[in-house]
Amino acid sequence: MKSLLAQHHELSDSGRQLQLLDNVVYASGITSFRQKLDTLGFYPLKSTAVEILQVNIGKMCNQTCRHCHVDAGPDRREIMTRETMEQCLQVLQTSAIPIVDITGGAPEMNPHFRWFVEQCSSLGVKVMNRCNLTIILANKNYHDLPEFFARHKVELVSSLPFYNADRTDRQRGEGVFDTSVKAIQMLNAVGYGKEESGLILNLVYNPGGAFLSTGQQVLESQFKKVLHDQYAVVFNNLFTITNMPISRFLDYLVSSGNYESYMEKLQAAFNPATINGLMCRNTISVGWDGHLYDCDFNQMLDLKIGSNHAHHISHFNMTDLKHREIIISQHCYGCTAGAGSSCGGEVVK
Amino acid sequence: MKTYYNPDDLKKFGDIADFDKPLADQFFRWYGDVFSEGALTAREKSLIALAVAHAVQCPYCIEAYTEDTLAKGCSEEQMMEAVHVAAAIRGGSSLVHATQMMNKAKALTM
Repeated sequence: MKSLLAQHHELSDSGRQLQLLDNVVYASGITSFRQKLDTLGFYPLKSTAVEILQVNIGKMCNQTCRHCHVDAGPDRREIMTRETMEQCLQVLQTSAIPIVDITGGAPEMNPHFRWFVEQCSSLGVKVMNRCNLTIILANKNYHDLPEFFARHKVELVSSLPFYNADRTDRQRGEGVFDTSVKAIQMLNAVGYGKEESGLILNLVYNPGGAFLSTGQQVLESQFKKVLHDQYAVVFNNLFTITNMPISRFLDYLVSSGNYESYMEKLQAAFNPATINGLMCRNTISVGWDGHLYDCDFNQMLDLKIGSNHAHHISHFNMTDLKHREIIISQHCYGCTAGAGSSCGGEVVK
Repeated sequence: MKTYYNPDDLKKFGDIADFDKPLADQFFRWYGDVFSEGALTAREKSLIALAVAHAVQCPYCIEAYTEDTLAKGCSEEQMMEAVHVAAAIRGGSSLVHATQMMNKAKALTM
């Protein structure tokens, strides 16, 4: 499967995606997200702090998942340069941000990935990496990643959409489930997922279609039981997230005739209790080219941080950013539905 | 094409309160309690509901509990097994009456 960009698909254009998201408001009578926040007194939505620097170091990936909001894949070439990484390190060094959250694509495919992790680690910040698992077995150059991660105590967050091969492979590609399980076995072998080791492996579940997830705790016990009983693998926590109606998942929604009903579901499940815990409120997202966004989703829609702020990591200003107004659009319903959705799973526990 | 069942009507289920609010309120409160976590998990109750939906052949309920069981992390295999349970009970409930037929036939024949 090719990325939307390689297909010259109209939804590879972020402007077209935003237009479609706005159209559903006018066409289906869905309340705009801004109006929803305004009615409840939450508009404008403001950040509360900058505690996480989420760095997307490239769109290159060994997988082409059907729901990918990044439109990542083997045909994408955008990756962060070492110079931009150095600018990120400069910010981490001077701003006392405690967590760096590395994402992609498959971050490990960036040739400067290991150097960046080492540098972050030496600064004493907590390093999180969004590893897709299969990259560990993609070729022999990656086979030692478990030892590398363990050496730097990198916290791993890895997508595994379901506890069986059928639904996982339909979403992420043929053979992904089996390879992912092998990768978890390799990670377990160096201590990941085992309580006593302090090496954290969290898995991420997202629904395999146009429905929402309920019950992170229940799903976590199901995942733990099946994966342990059938494959003898362990992990720490399961994060459940909502599929965001952008990029490839938006394409799926439109082409399968589920788009309007999905947006209705998201709006109907809007939960004001999620607002205080939204990830955009304590995170800055850095794009592969150094531009700054309120979250990884805004990044993919090219919605840069508010116009009063410097847009690039090279002009990072903590004072200016920590109480900024967050840019919103209709996709934000994805993070506020039900118990909420964030890079750390449910927002309302 | 017009049919007796309109999928959009499922969203209007709450509108039954328009004609009798006190009874509707009681029903929905009771319904909510029935499906909350108890001695059975909400997930188990959802699978039972999916099976019953097939037994009573309610298209609204089938739609609602297909989505609900998916949302609660059930696999397609588990969902289909639940439907087979419903089908087995439906089939069995017909077949078990064959004993009545057999009793009567035996009584009437030499």
